[in-house]
Amino acid sequence: MSKRTDSNLYTLLFATGMVIVVGSLLAFLASSLKPTIDENKRIEKQQNILYAMGVNENDESSAIFVSKDKVAGEFSKYITKQLVIQGNKTTEDENAYLIDVKKQQTAEKEGKERKLPLFIGEKDGKTFYIAPIRGKGLWDAVWAYVGMDENMVIQGAYFDHKGETAGLGANIKLRFFMDDFIGENLKKDGNFKGIAISKSNNDPKNIDKTDNEVDAIAGATITGDGVSAMIKSELKKYVPYFKTLKTN
Amino acid sequence: MGLLSKKDAALITDPFADNNPITIQVLGICSALAITAELKASIVMAVSVLFVMGVGNVVISLMRNIIPSKIRIIAQLIVVATLVIIVDLVLKAVAYDLSKTLGAFIGLIITNCIIMGRFEAFALANGPWRSFLDGIGNAVGYGVILILVGFFRELLGSGTLLGFKVLGDPIEKTGLYALGYENNGFMLLAPMALIVVGIIIWIQRSRNEALIEEN
Repeated sequence: MSKRTDSNLYTLLFATGMVIVVGSLLAFLASSLKPTIDENKRIEKQQNILYAMGVNENDESSAIFVSKDKVAGEFSKYITKQLVIQGNKTTEDENAYLIDVKKQQTAEKEGKERKLPLFIGEKDGKTFYIAPIRGKGLWDAVWAYVGMDENMVIQGAYFDHKGETAGLGANIKLRFFMDDFIGENLKKDGNFKGIAISKSNNDPKNIDKTDNEVDAIAGATITGDGVSAMIKSELKKYVPYFKTLKTN
Repeated sequence: MGLLSKKDAALITDPFADNNPITIQVLGICSALAITAELKASIVMAVSVLFVMGVGNVVISLMRNIIPSKIRIIAQLIVVATLVIIVDLVLKAVAYDLSKTLGAFIGLIITNCIIMGRFEAFALANGPWRSFLDGIGNAVGYGVILILVGFFRELLGSGTLLGFKVLGDPIEKTGLYALGYENNGFMLLAPMALIVVGIIIWIQRSRNEALIEEN
């Protein structure tokens, strides 16, 4: 005798019921948690920007952000201007940090003019220009906030990723890798060159700051190449703005 | 009488050793290769699977009499995917830093064949309490191997444990590195995880000959 649950009608009703229950449960959970998740992302962006200009709570070797409760105060204290560069036009926008770089890249591919956010910070009498950039790693997206001076010499950087391999490509967000970028010049002989993640520069302590190279992470070739390509293609877009700084 | 009967206790202890999901059933190998380059990632994955497998087994057990046999695999997949999405969303809201650390690992739980295997082999035929114990037992058995593999890979591959330099500084040449020791970069690559799992299987079977299959 066949069981009641074997009939086609029952199977169809069960499948429909399960989809409705699971769908409703997840939709309810996602919509009720969305404001909290969005707020966490917003705070993280501010922490990233501050990190790239050296405002952090780092200990000897780990990369630690300014704590959540302090971030709003520190952000308004250190970030003096938020700019949006669109073609030849540069405007101020106090919410430029909320611009989605991924959406802007898509818009650019569709032939629209892209908005480039740039954050200007002042710390210890020094001016920092912080640019958010995004590229591709081995498995998924990689992104960074790069703090520069007016000569495009890197003063600080924060790298992150969506799904790079733990212990390998994921190490781009570790302090030893990010600190290697400090002091590296993005230009060579006056022209923009970028910084390559190199396996053959024989400079593990990264003492040479004029070679436009930092030491690669063992076993993370594709992620490193992705980071190099991201720096080269994305930061190049800020060169016209930095040229205006020279002429002013 | 103890909290658990002898039979119930075996549900927890068997997967830990003599019926380990990785070393005996040879399941869940993909995640053992993919995420064990760091001890921290191994621990996080083990804890996440513990939750999903414990709760998932109970849910499937409660639904066992109403799930149509024709679509039982899809129903099981929906349960595990739902639990994984719930964990992911809740972590993003209440423990954002931890959710960032976990990254893709949470999503990877869906692909863990141990979970589907226990739903199919145990939870569909047993009550919620026994299914819960079975889920916990198998998740612990899986987690122990993951942590062992992660321990050796991080120690020998990076010279660190949970990110702390335990063998010295490889660039400054202090500690063991001063004596000429070099990190074994091969340990960080997936093939070495397979070799480490193989060594664990070899040691386990050499200590318990009952586990060796006859030709």
